[in-house]
Amino acid sequence: MDIIVCIKRVPEVAEIDLQVDQTGKSIKEEGLVFGVNDWDNYAVEEAVRIKEKHGGKVTAITVGSAESEEVIRRALALGADEAVMVTDPQADGSDAYAIAKVLAAAIKEIPYDIILTGVLADDDGCAQVGVTLAELLGIPHATLVTAIEIEEKQVKIKRELEGGMEEELVVATPALFTIQSGINEPRYVSIMGIRKVAKKEVATRDLGTLGLSPNQVGPAGSFTTVERIFPPPVGEGAQILEGSSDEVATKVMDVFQKGGVI
Amino acid sequence: MADFTSEQKDIKKAAREFAEGVFREVARELDEKEEFDDRIWKKAAELGFLGVFIEEKYGGAGYGYVEQCLIMEEFARVDLGIAHALDSVFFGSQIIQVIGTEEQKQEYLPGVCSGKTRMGMAITEPDAGSDVASITTTAVKEGNEYVITGNKMFITNATVADFLVVLCVTNPNASKKHERLSTIMVETNRPGYEANKLKGKLSLRCSNTGEVTLNNVRVPKKNLLGEEGKGFYNIMEFFNRSRIQVAAFGVGTAQGALDKSIAHVRQRQQFGQPLAAFQIIQAKIADMATLAEAARSLLYRAASKIDDGDVDPALISMAKWYCGEVAVKVADEAIQIHGGYGILQEYDVEHYWRDAKVIEIFEGTKEIEKILIARKILGRY
Repeated sequence: MDIIVCIKRVPEVAEIDLQVDQTGKSIKEEGLVFGVNDWDNYAVEEAVRIKEKHGGKVTAITVGSAESEEVIRRALALGADEAVMVTDPQADGSDAYAIAKVLAAAIKEIPYDIILTGVLADDDGCAQVGVTLAELLGIPHATLVTAIEIEEKQVKIKRELEGGMEEELVVATPALFTIQSGINEPRYVSIMGIRKVAKKEVATRDLGTLGLSPNQVGPAGSFTTVERIFPPPVGEGAQILEGSSDEVATKVMDVFQKGGVI
Repeated sequence: MADFTSEQKDIKKAAREFAEGVFREVARELDEKEEFDDRIWKKAAELGFLGVFIEEKYGGAGYGYVEQCLIMEEFARVDLGIAHALDSVFFGSQIIQVIGTEEQKQEYLPGVCSGKTRMGMAITEPDAGSDVASITTTAVKEGNEYVITGNKMFITNATVADFLVVLCVTNPNASKKHERLSTIMVETNRPGYEANKLKGKLSLRCSNTGEVTLNNVRVPKKNLLGEEGKGFYNIMEFFNRSRIQVAAFGVGTAQGALDKSIAHVRQRQQFGQPLAAFQIIQAKIADMATLAEAARSLLYRAASKIDDGDVDPALISMAKWYCGEVAVKVADEAIQIHGGYGILQEYDVEHYWRDAKVIEIFEGTKEIEKILIARKILGRY
């Protein structure tokens, strides 16, 4: 069972007040700590677990700046066997569709049975790269996957539905699955893993080596462009209750009573 | 020294992820209960974080002290108590690696790396702290054994260690005081070994500290570590390697307190604007960040010199003293910036202040470090 897992380097945004940069289309990156996208971390773990149980090879792929090598090395340290990094400044400003095109071009040269991606990325939250990639490769896909069971020439998966329901699907391989967080408990990077990675080569590709022209990626090759990003305007009608816990509880009861809730 | 290699950055990041993922949610509870959770020890060992400077043939990773310090800095950035409990597992392995026999290295080192055993150093006594050479615990030769008697104080892992390196008087008649001592390995399951846990500590509350009584404890002569009469010098060699990890504790503690402060000044509003908008607050953050960065530079320069085989005791003392003092200063300012919230446990910043203080005390007080630094510059007076 050969598996490709697509990963992305993103800033850690929990407990951080993000600032919009001067272009108005991105965020200030100074002082931010970057790491692997949380959903992708689950995807890497799932890929390595499947390999450990069924054999085969895991290849990690990323598209991004040269700094993205850190998430690739991390995936190798966690158990991926090979890695491909696509880095090309001309790919800057690509939307999900353009990124999927780059990934599809990189994947052409790699044999696989299944492809895993995270459901979405912590930064742009598009949730489009996985499904678009599957369409470009002409393979079936399933999203929000919460369990994977490998069978002969097919995969049985569970998907998360709204309303607390799940559904079980059987999907013929090759196929792509976008992995939901919580599918497993990702392992931590070990020192032994890091030692192993130090001896490994990360294959790097640019648009030229993938046979892509500049107008297929970046803003020219994208369907969407970012106009601006901004914090949402502060809404009206919120009331902040202050005081000790007892005082706040009394005030809450008062609001409920006046509003006819109780 | 140059910037860290990709591999070293990966190690730092792995330690950060482990500490953030495992320490943060349990640190306050362990601190309050003055207990450690051994599952953290086992997991840290399984991931290879313990004793990375130990050669691969003895179970380590074959890295150096720079890498061990990167790990300990990240551990202490989240919680010094847990960082210290994990560092203490291999506390003493530094000297076994330098002066141990092949047999001793094979016997004692693999277990501390793999999480099977814990060790410790028993140097300090109730009446001999900084004045190391005045210890009174004796080891008397009887046939093929040493018989050890005495009391040790503030011993890390006293009630949980599997074995300790004990500093003893073996040559009481040597003309020089410093040549009366030897270092001897003592397994804690030997008859006559007793230890009590010390409670109510200000700092490192989840890490095990105790007092030890050695009452005619018999160990085979092969447990002698290094040569007889060289114990004092062995301990100094040990400190040259262990103090650098204490310096890493200081940098990590300072960075952790700084991180908390940065987040707080961005969020906390006073007089209609975030604290970060006030220049007096900006100056405090700039001071704290500069102190932490200067300490970090000193730490890794001293550590990389050890790894290059150029052990510089004065530079190591500078790093140990300065990083400890920076931790105290930065943690103090962090409380100040947090105001009233700073003294509340739930704001998760007061522990940096409590934990920072011990860095100026253990493994050589800052006063002793300054004496060592001055001695290098001025010579003996």
